[in-house]
Amino acid sequence: MNVAKENEPGNIELLLPWHAAGTLSQRDKQRVEAALAHDPGLARRYELVREELGETIHLNETLGAPSARAMEALFAKIDAEPSRAPATSLNFGARVREFFADLSPRTLAWSASAAALAIVLQAGLIAGIVFKEQAAPTAGSYQTASMPLAAKVEGAYALIRFQPQANAADISKFMETNKLSIADGPTPGGLYRVRISPSKVSSTDLADIVKTLHDNNANVVGFIAPTQ
Amino acid sequence: MQTNSDEALIARIANGDRLAMQVLFARHHVRVYRFVLRLVRNEAKAEDLISEVFLDIWRQAGKFEGRAAASTWMLSIARFKALSALRKRTEEELDDETAAAVEDQADNPEVSLAKKDKAAALRQCLSKLSAEHREVVDLVYYHEKSVEEVAGIVGIPEATVKTRMFYARKKLSEFLKEQGIDRGWP
Repeated sequence: MNVAKENEPGNIELLLPWHAAGTLSQRDKQRVEAALAHDPGLARRYELVREELGETIHLNETLGAPSARAMEALFAKIDAEPSRAPATSLNFGARVREFFADLSPRTLAWSASAAALAIVLQAGLIAGIVFKEQAAPTAGSYQTASMPLAAKVEGAYALIRFQPQANAADISKFMETNKLSIADGPTPGGLYRVRISPSKVSSTDLADIVKTLHDNNANVVGFIAPTQ
Repeated sequence: MQTNSDEALIARIANGDRLAMQVLFARHHVRVYRFVLRLVRNEAKAEDLISEVFLDIWRQAGKFEGRAAASTWMLSIARFKALSALRKRTEEELDDETAAAVEDQADNPEVSLAKKDKAAALRQCLSKLSAEHREVVDLVYYHEKSVEEVAGIVGIPEATVKTRMFYARKKLSEFLKEQGIDRGWP
């Protein structure tokens, strides 16, 4: 029985993938960070998790996208559906959302948590950096989240998540110093796709660049991995 | 509620708003397609399934209560469609496990190259995982789903989600070891 227990992973170890993906609750995140700070073995295994995260994203990003046929088939089926009358009453979830939508900004402001506010502020400043860097002609034009215009621009790219405590000055300086520009994001987990070179570079060089960016900017970069 | 949030779009779709459906499709179809493709491993089949998934979203929008994120709800529908399609496969077709085993038998040029490149080897080993393990790895790492959300999509307890992810990672290390790459874990 003791042998079996020794082979079982600890609770913190089990949470490492979610910590790397940025989807843990604040409480669990703090538990994992405290454990990582005091356990070099765990920290080493966390690096393996980060490798897996980067390569899983890379693998999925190379899967391509469906053709226009999928959308055509969908709307042909929708057109063949019988028309329906608009719903007369909202379900519970919709009523709750409507309730929050009706609250005054002041009420909402007081009820927002400090953590949420910090994330919003960081997203805002990053958006500012994006607007500053992107060319004016595309501003205001419609762009879907799943097929950004930037995805078609040649270059070398990496996925990056900034440290939650990184402020506007830190991020701006990091972006400018390393001649980076944000091409897409953020995803729900707070990842951004950044262009690190206007031309393609070999996967080995890209891995080196990414490693240098991470090692030299630990106060700003929480996670970074090569992508397409 | 923001007028263009996923939840707002689904509320509009429930009232038959075709434009809202177009926006929701444009926003999510690539990720849903990749999730389905990793399960069924056939591009044409995955593309067919995408239209079925979004047709279900169109039909069931009125039942969406917003208890889970819209993307989590959509991935649940996609998973159900993909698994149903896999069950329908005829005996003549190779199932994905068999196909993976056939691919493993010899070192093709891609495998030889992979051995020299740890990152490529890791990606190849990710593709060799069982459907059950691939699914949880993709949901956690690519689709950025929490433990609770994965549990909701896959239909298993949260504790099982954590251990399944752990054993998927362990299997990944074993595959890498077979390719001569020892990660020093487990």
